[in-house]
Amino acid sequence: MSNFDPASMTSFGLEWLDTTGPHSDIVLSTRVRIARNLQGFPFPVRTRASDRTAVLTTIREAVESKGLLPDAVFIEIEGLSSRLRELLLERHLVSRELIGQNGAEPPAAGALVVSAREPVGLMINEEDHLRLQSLTSGFNPEDTWQRVDRLDEKLGSELSYAFHHEFGHLTSCPTNCGTGLRTSVLIHLPGLVLTKEINKVLQGISQVGLTFRGLYGEGSEVVGNLFQVSNQTTLGKSETDLIDHLQKIAGQVIEYERRARAVLLRDAPNVIEDKVWRAFGLLRYGRSLAFDEMMNLLSGVRLGLSLKLLSGPSVYVLNRIMIFAQNAHLEEASEGTLSASELDIHRARYVREALEQVEPS
Amino acid sequence: MVCDNCAKNEAEVHLTQIVDNEMTTVHLCPSCAADKGLESEGSKNLPLTDFLAQMGKAAMAEEEAVTAGPCSYCGTTVDDFKRSGRLGCPHCYSTYDSQLRAILRRIHGSTQHLGKVYVPPAGEAADRGARLTVLRRKLQRAVESEAFEHAADIRDQIKELEATVES
Ligand SMILES: [Zn+2]
Ligand SMILES: [Zn+2]
Repeated sequence: MSNFDPASMTSFGLEWLDTTGPHSDIVLSTRVRIARNLQGFPFPVRTRASDRTAVLTTIREAVESKGLLPDAVFIEIEGLSSRLRELLLERHLVSRELIGQNGAEPPAAGALVVSAREPVGLMINEEDHLRLQSLTSGFNPEDTWQRVDRLDEKLGSELSYAFHHEFGHLTSCPTNCGTGLRTSVLIHLPGLVLTKEINKVLQGISQVGLTFRGLYGEGSEVVGNLFQVSNQTTLGKSETDLIDHLQKIAGQVIEYERRARAVLLRDAPNVIEDKVWRAFGLLRYGRSLAFDEMMNLLSGVRLGLSLKLLSGPSVYVLNRIMIFAQNAHLEEASEGTLSASELDIHRARYVREALEQVEPS
Repeated sequence: MVCDNCAKNEAEVHLTQIVDNEMTTVHLCPSCAADKGLESEGSKNLPLTDFLAQMGKAAMAEEEAVTAGPCSYCGTTVDDFKRSGRLGCPHCYSTYDSQLRAILRRIHGSTQHLGKVYVPPAGEAADRGARLTVLRRKLQRAVESEAFEHAADIRDQIKELEATVES
């Protein structure tokens, strides 16, 4: 296992943006994570720094001794600048819980481990001792789950997990116990929003044991018509049932979205085409862009690409903009700290340049 | 932030919508959200700790088991749990067994784990038998879904486990 080289940050952990997954014109990514805790230690929230370090060492040794994660990169959060910590967050590789509040010291002995060969890794000393996770392109619950499951089987034969015969895997928060499994798909639903069907759909999914959040997880707002749909319960169903259920329901949501888009094209083609091109124009020529505004415009262009109203840019370019035009990424590129208005100016410049080569038709 | 609809209560539900071709985010309080048919999402956007604290309180009232705890292993008290929504250690699950059952039933509709059976590294032969059953089921599923690389992986694990059961 190698230590993290900050110089590798330009391309680190971005494979999921590459639009190779199924339905990647509508579904940006699939994430699977499972929560595990080690027997014999209090949960991270309750531990002293020395216990947290012991947990970290135990897990690191288990991963290293058996080479469980091929070409793994090991990142100790405390060793990172606050800028790098925010970059990892903006790339959806770590949670706020793992890196601590912006500007504050991070919690002790937290780590991120990522395989350089496949999209699977660990967060150590987050809310639970271990979060095994995988983030992949497009709509891919079964495959993404299998990556995490394989790692879990290997780790579980090296580490003693806290497991209860009735409650299953014991977690710090009772909302995660049992399987510890959370699968979420990040879905772009402008069609359902424009046709005002979205509330019905969201209500529907909440009645069948799923829930939705914004782009940045729990408590975050929905921006750019991006909804993270995930399973609500983790206990009382098998992993395969949870995955199958999400696959089925999210699959229906995708289908509804495609139908809504067809309706829009049929009933209001001029309005939609105008909206898509305006969005492109503002992104291509704007001189100041707030993040939310940018996300809403990207949503318009993304819709236009999916409906073939625009011939370019590629969805991949849009995905990259979504990551690299976030605040910490812009500050990293400018090698300084930016005020809110400077951020919006830098954001607009980044987007303009990313779209410079594109002349859609 | 104040509710866009009644301008009185704190907004807790945030939804991006399109009205008259303008994209806007509406911020609503839980009761206005409920009026618009959004109550279930609204309650899920509440901080989890509140949600748990409410359930914790209800469970406590029902059980009148306020005397339970603190956890003899990690020291977590009922108040700690109500405040943070977090347990302190695996042992807390025994300390607060009856309250947790009520809470788990409310969250998950069940208290019985039906997922993978975990066998610790130094597991008994009987546990290993249970694990073999699970692995064989998984193998079958992997083959059915044509995940051959995964299937080969499981086959290796089965072989390894069979060797230890026999010895
Ligand atoms: Zn209101
Ligand atoms: Zn405890």
